[in-house]
Amino acid sequence: MAGIDQSKIRNFCIIAHIDHGKSTLADRIIEKTGLLTSREMQSQVLDNMELERERGITIKAQSVRIVYKAKDGEEYIFNLIDTPGHVDFNYEVSRSLAACDGAILVVDAAQGVEAQTLANVYLALDHDLDVMPVINKIDLPSADPERVIEEIEDVIGIEAEDAPRISAKTGINIEDVLEQIVEKIPAPMGDAEAPLQALIFDSVYDSYKGVIVFCRIKEGRVKKGTTIQMMATKAKAEVVEVGYFGAGQFIPCEELSAGMVGYITASLKNVKDTRVGDTITDAARPCSEPLPGYKKVQSMVYCGMYPADGAKYQDLRDALEKLRLNDAALQFEPETSIALGFGFRCGFLGLLHLEIIQERLEREYNLDLVTTAPGVIYKVYKTNGDVIELTNPSNLPDPAEIDYMEEPMVKAEIMVTSEFIGAIMDLCQERRGIYQGMEYIEESRAVLRYQLPLNEIIYDFFDALKSRSRGYASFDYEMSGYEKSKLVKLDILINKEEVDALSFIVFEESAYERGRKMCEKLKEEIPRQLFEIPIQAAIGSKIIARETVKAMRKDVLAKCYGGDISRKRKLLEKQKEGKKRMRQVGNVEIPQKAFMSVLKLDDK
Amino acid sequence: MRSELELYIHIPFCVKKCAYCDFLSGPASAGRIDEYVQALAAEVHSYKNMAEKYEVSTIFLGGGTPSILSGEQTRFIMNIVNEVFTIRKEAEVTIEANPGTVTKEKLKEYKGAGINRISFGLQSANNDELRMLGRIHTFEQFLESYELARKEGFSNINVDLISAIPKQTPESWAMSLQRVIDLKPEHISAYSLIVEEGTPFALMYGEGGTGEKELPSEEEERYMYQRTEEMLDKAGYCHYEISNYAKKGYECRHNIGYWERKEYLGLGLGASSFLKVKESDVSPGGTMDVRFNNTCIMEEYLAEGDKPDVIRRNIEQLTIQEQMEEFIFLGLRKIEGISESDFCRQFGADIRECYGKNIEKVIERGLLQRDKGRLKLTEKGIDVSNYVFGEILFNNIRQI
Repeated sequence: MAGIDQSKIRNFCIIAHIDHGKSTLADRIIEKTGLLTSREMQSQVLDNMELERERGITIKAQSVRIVYKAKDGEEYIFNLIDTPGHVDFNYEVSRSLAACDGAILVVDAAQGVEAQTLANVYLALDHDLDVMPVINKIDLPSADPERVIEEIEDVIGIEAEDAPRISAKTGINIEDVLEQIVEKIPAPMGDAEAPLQALIFDSVYDSYKGVIVFCRIKEGRVKKGTTIQMMATKAKAEVVEVGYFGAGQFIPCEELSAGMVGYITASLKNVKDTRVGDTITDAARPCSEPLPGYKKVQSMVYCGMYPADGAKYQDLRDALEKLRLNDAALQFEPETSIALGFGFRCGFLGLLHLEIIQERLEREYNLDLVTTAPGVIYKVYKTNGDVIELTNPSNLPDPAEIDYMEEPMVKAEIMVTSEFIGAIMDLCQERRGIYQGMEYIEESRAVLRYQLPLNEIIYDFFDALKSRSRGYASFDYEMSGYEKSKLVKLDILINKEEVDALSFIVFEESAYERGRKMCEKLKEEIPRQLFEIPIQAAIGSKIIARETVKAMRKDVLAKCYGGDISRKRKLLEKQKEGKKRMRQVGNVEIPQKAFMSVLKLDDK
Repeated sequence: MRSELELYIHIPFCVKKCAYCDFLSGPASAGRIDEYVQALAAEVHSYKNMAEKYEVSTIFLGGGTPSILSGEQTRFIMNIVNEVFTIRKEAEVTIEANPGTVTKEKLKEYKGAGINRISFGLQSANNDELRMLGRIHTFEQFLESYELARKEGFSNINVDLISAIPKQTPESWAMSLQRVIDLKPEHISAYSLIVEEGTPFALMYGEGGTGEKELPSEEEERYMYQRTEEMLDKAGYCHYEISNYAKKGYECRHNIGYWERKEYLGLGLGASSFLKVKESDVSPGGTMDVRFNNTCIMEEYLAEGDKPDVIRRNIEQLTIQEQMEEFIFLGLRKIEGISESDFCRQFGADIRECYGKNIEKVIERGLLQRDKGRLKLTEKGIDVSNYVFGEILFNNIRQI
């Protein structure tokens, strides 16, 4: 493997708006190059997380190396790096891009350029990648490739006239894509003789091999036995194995040299020693400076995560640490709740990110979690001049000590067909949006620009957007700083006791409405008990809403004879399972899912 | 020495299925009923070996409507049971009967077959309510059947009643109950209606059904329950289980067996059994508690009823913990409750050590009381007995 000619390597990724067919194209490329026969192909090879297949989205960047025999008779090595499409995972995208020299931009022949298409192209251009457009889904009856090509040229400003018109689904014109990869994606240009300089773009933990580092070799070479050093953490280790990515498996090789994408395992035991974005060099012959790496990501959404079974606290910590290994955007620190015990305050890029982490913890690590309502980071300016960055509503100081508060804002771009403009404007209005402008991209489609408070979009904005535009609107946002706002802490009292895990920060004018809905929702969620349970919403000492869970008067089985006994025992077993999912606050048993109630306030 | 055994014999036929009924039962042709009686006889025969270890203390012919069988069919079954099993002289032998299906001839046959207790499914003394329940008889027809049974010398009669049926008021319930009390049966079972899933009643009166509001409220239902106890107490009936009342000495021994975890063998379609199987190989002298039921599929039963091993379904071997749980939730159905020393005798463990904390908690909350070494539900505890069982057996939820 030592003598690979860099001019025969192509490192690229595929970027696209969600659902435009990125993973399907990746599958098709893998299939066409013969890495797997179509019989072996499991649909969407690169989405190998169970969760990814189920949801049809890519969460983690995945890589695969394939060999393509081009029409010029030469064999080329393609390193394809799949990237996530959702706005929450931009950070992952940017890591993958750093390992590439070019990007295939997939655009849906019917839907055309969407918000994420733009966002991803800009990311790619930021990383100095050459962007090669591909028009997908030409088999759709509503496909209009010529219009879309025009749109790409107008809106994005890149040449698209000879973009392959393909259907990744049916396999039409995939050859064109492969040929253009050879022609249009630049070959890497590193010096294999220079000191080693490799960028860590991902890592995973394997119980046999330990930490597996995914890297792009920019300069130099690395093989078994090389003593490597992490430039940021200074950790040193001897390389145990190097290799590249087969479809869903690691294939060891002799050496990785400049221009190649592959993996390294080394005698690294500590997960923390390998930081994504760090540069690996040769300890014996270090390079002069590290690669630029990535900017640190800021979590946008916070929530408390608690093990349903308090004894699983340490398991939860271990699981979070393993997940953070290749998800630098995940942050967590221990916290305690009166209602929920010991857990963690976790930071996420967005609500989808939160949901994904929650599901991975539950499925991959078999943890049963109680999650509190997500919130954003508020800035609290105290009268004594201190400023607090508030991630947990329970830590809000006494109102008397607060001078004012600020909340994070976002600039949102919503792309929508003209018939839904009114509906979407109404939605933004309801969510305290400030209109900033509108541009027509073409006759029937416009981009709406709004400034919105982040806490108005973290819950269900995306769903509302989809439902009010019958699925046609798409949405992207970026942070735009903090603004002063009238915010209050809404507390929930159950049977006259404040439940800290249910408190949340809310815009003052929405407090009454939210409090009322919260009480209604909790009334549905909390099972009747032997006594009446008042549920109250309060701001400070002022009660603003109340509901009552009526007392249970009767829970008795009239008949229990010979044939009923097994069934009765099973019913009791069920009751026991239900009980396991309860938390006791004062005298009241509260089911775990009640702590997520605030998320479902707008459910009909 | 022979162990005590109770027999339950299931007759899965009725004239017409009632709208609230979820029992394994339905109308059938005379030919089908005859086939069934033959299969049942074959099943009883197949227990010949096992029968030698036991002595039968009670027999219960339940259904469905066992009185739908002809006198000869009933006698035929009872004769075979008597051939195969040793039956104690003082055994309690009950048959369930529907008003309108008993005749003088049948009653005579019952007597001859050793049946000494009749349980009438009256359900209500109000003809409108009977119609609403989908019953085939009127109160007047019941009176006839009842008098007939008395005339034939049956001195142990039960009457089943159902309270909290749709549109019923506490007054109409009290009226039904009084009419029955006036007849002075030895035993009265008074059940609160359970709207069972899968019945026509569930569609009508279940959650979201059009008639849901016609069901008495929980408060009314509990009021009826309390009134029942008061009225029956005044009339000399002792409340001995959540839904059962009897004149002194007439408590249903067969049913008490279920709550005291005595062994019983179910014969017939879908019938359930509970046996303490000798396990001398595994643990010398020890037994293993097993529950199972016969197949619920008629064709299977008819074809292979004579092979007990083939028709058994849902065989469960109970763990010690499950046995303890049953001891508690079955025993507490009895008004006299459970004895702490019985628990110790059966399990070799102190109930206070196993469930002490939870028991104290429900006692503190007035749901359970301790009295001379016995634990029993309070009145309030009966109303929410499922909850109380859960609290005693499983309350280990997280408290901070």
